[in-house]
Amino acid sequence: MALFGLFGGKDAARDAAVEAAALRSDRFRQEREGDWTRLEAIVARMESGRARRLSDEDVLALPVLYRTVASSLSVARETSLDAATLSYLEGLVQRAWFQVYGPRVTLWGWLRRFFGGEWSRAVRGLWPEVLAALALMVAGTVVGWLLVAGDQDWYFSLVPGHFQDARVPGATREVLRATLFDGARQDGLTVFAAFLFSNNASVAILCFALGFAFGVPPLLLLIQNTATLGAMLWLFASQGLLYDFIGWLSIHGTTELLAILLSGAAGLHVGRSMAFPGKRSLIEAAAEAGQRAAVVMAGVVLMLVCAGLLEGIGRQTIEVTWQRYAIGYGMLVFWLAYFFAFRRDAAGGDAA
Amino acid sequence: MSGAALPRPVKPRSDRNRVLITPEGIALPIVLASRSTRFGALLIDLTIMALGIIIGSVVLLLIGVQLFGKNGGGAGKEAGQFVAIVWLIAVWLTRYAYFLFFELGPRGATPGKRMTGIRIAARSGGRLTAEMVLARNLLRDIEVFLPLQLLIGAQGDDGTDYTGLVAGVWFLLFALFPLFNRDRLRAGDLIAGTWVIEAPKRKLEAALSTSGTALRGSSSATGAVYRFSDAELAVYGEFELQTLERVLREDRHEAMVAVQDAICRKLGWNPGAGDERAFLEAYYTQLRARLESGMRMGKRKADKFTGTT
Repeated sequence: MALFGLFGGKDAARDAAVEAAALRSDRFRQEREGDWTRLEAIVARMESGRARRLSDEDVLALPVLYRTVASSLSVARETSLDAATLSYLEGLVQRAWFQVYGPRVTLWGWLRRFFGGEWSRAVRGLWPEVLAALALMVAGTVVGWLLVAGDQDWYFSLVPGHFQDARVPGATREVLRATLFDGARQDGLTVFAAFLFSNNASVAILCFALGFAFGVPPLLLLIQNTATLGAMLWLFASQGLLYDFIGWLSIHGTTELLAILLSGAAGLHVGRSMAFPGKRSLIEAAAEAGQRAAVVMAGVVLMLVCAGLLEGIGRQTIEVTWQRYAIGYGMLVFWLAYFFAFRRDAAGGDAA
Repeated sequence: MSGAALPRPVKPRSDRNRVLITPEGIALPIVLASRSTRFGALLIDLTIMALGIIIGSVVLLLIGVQLFGKNGGGAGKEAGQFVAIVWLIAVWLTRYAYFLFFELGPRGATPGKRMTGIRIAARSGGRLTAEMVLARNLLRDIEVFLPLQLLIGAQGDDGTDYTGLVAGVWFLLFALFPLFNRDRLRAGDLIAGTWVIEAPKRKLEAALSTSGTALRGSSSATGAVYRFSDAELAVYGEFELQTLERVLREDRHEAMVAVQDAICRKLGWNPGAGDERAFLEAYYTQLRARLESGMRMGKRKADKFTGTT
C-alpha cells in the first residue's frame, strides 16, 4: 500500500501534525480532513436550501469532493478501525449522495419536460388500460341506459341524490329543459368552478389510489359513474332532449370524462402490474407502474382544472347547444392529438 | 460472522439496517426509520396542516368580511367570491401539495420528518425523482385523508351506518400496511420505489489516538509510561477496541475504572488508580496499531474469541 506516501501535505503545520501521528490511519485522516470538512460545509449549505448562494467553485467541487470522500470511505474501511471516523464518513457520503442524486429539477424544468413529451408518453404507455377503461365506461353507460329503460325504479338507485332535484322519470320536457339552460340565473360561477375542480380532482386521485388494491375498485368506480350517466341519458332521451343534454354534458364532459378515464386507467395500470408483474419482481413492477401513473395523474389534475373552468363558467354562460358541442369536441380533439399524435424523441432526457 | 465479507465487522444488529449501493458501487449502511418515528412525523405534519388551514381560514374570513362590509352589494359579493375561490384552492393545495413541496426540496423531508430526523430516498440507490415523490403522495389520500374524512363525516346524507365500518377497514388496511413488510413500506412507498430512512447527522469526532498520552504511552499526570507487549495486545479484537473507543468518548469515570480493571485482570497487571484515561488511551492506540497492521496484511480479528491460536 503505497497509497499513503503519494499524497503530500500542503501546509507545514499540517505536515507536522501528520508526522506526529503514530498510526497510519490517523495520518490518512489528517491528510484528508480538509476535503471532508469542505464537503460537509457545502452539503450543509445545500440542505438548508441556500444552494443558490454557493460559489461556482463549490458547485463544481461538489461531485469531485463526493467521489474523493467516497473513496476515502472505501480506503478507511480497509485500513482504519476508528469507528467514529468511519461512521462520520458514512454519514457524510450519504448526505452528499442525497445532494448529488437528489431531485435536482426546477419546477420550470420539470414542467417543460412534462409538457414536452413525458406526459403524452406516459399516457401512451398505458394504452391497454386506456382501452379497457374506455370499454368499461361504454359498458357502464349502456348498462345504465338499459336498466332504466327496462325498469324506471333503477333510476333512483343509479343516480345519486343531488342529481334528483327535478331530473326524475316523469318530469315534463320543460322542467328538464330548464336544468340544461338555466345557467345565466346562477350566481358565483367561478366559486362553483373552483369547487368542481377540487371535488373532481379529489375523486380522480381517489380513483387512482384505489388501483393499488389490484385494480378492482377503479373498475367498480368507473362502471358505477358511467351507469349514472347512462341513466340520465335515457331520461333526457325519453323527452327528446338527448341532443341538448349531450351538448350540456360535452362542453366540459369530454375533458372531464377523459380525465376520469385516464385516472381509472392509471389505477388499473398499477393494479395490473402488481397482479401480473411478469419477469420483474413485484416491488420493481409496482414502482415502475406507479411512477408512470403518477405522471399521468399530474396531467389529470391539470385537465380537471380545465374541466372545472369549462363546467363552472363556460357551460353557464354559453347556452347555445352547437357552441357547446364545438367547444367540447374541440377540446377532445386537442387532447387526443396531444396524447397520441404529439411524439417527441425520448432521448432528450435529463437536461436538469 | 466472517470479518472479510462484512465492511464493518462489529455493529449492533438490528432488522432496520440495510445496505444501499450507490451508482459508484459504494456500499452505504442506512437505517430505516422506525414506524413510530414515521407516525410521529405524520402527526406533526397533520397538525401543521390543520393549523395552517385554520389560521388561513380565519384570515381569509376576516378579509372577506372586511371587503364585504366596505363595498356591500355587488362589488362586495364579487370580492367575497374571490376570497371563497382562494380558500377552496388553498385547502386543496394544502391537502395535496404540502408533502410534495417539502419532499421535493433538498432535504427530502417534510417539516415533521425533519424534526424527527428522517427523510425519503430511492430504494434503488439512484436519483430520487419528482415522479417518485408524486407517486408516493398520491396514495396518501386513501391512507390518511380518506379514512379521516369518512370517520369525521361518517353520517352522510344516506345515513347508512356501515360507512364508518368501511372507513375503518380501509384505514386498517392501509395504515397497517407498513407493519406487514420488512422494509416498513407504506402503500405509497411501494408504488413509488421509495423508502424512509434516518437522516445521518454525525459530527467528526476528534481522533483519540493522536493525543500526547496516546502517542508516547506516557501519562501527563503521573509520568508513568504504558507499553504493552504483542502478547498483551493479542488478547483483544475489533469488538473490544470499539467498546474501548466508546468508553473513551463518553468519558465517564466509573466506566473507565471498570474497563481498566477488566483489562488489567486479563493481562495480569495491577490496576493503578487516578490515571485510568491515560492507561486506556495508551492501550487503545497500541491495540489499534496492532489490529490495523494486521488488517493491512489481510488478517482481521473480530473479537477476543477469534484467532487466538
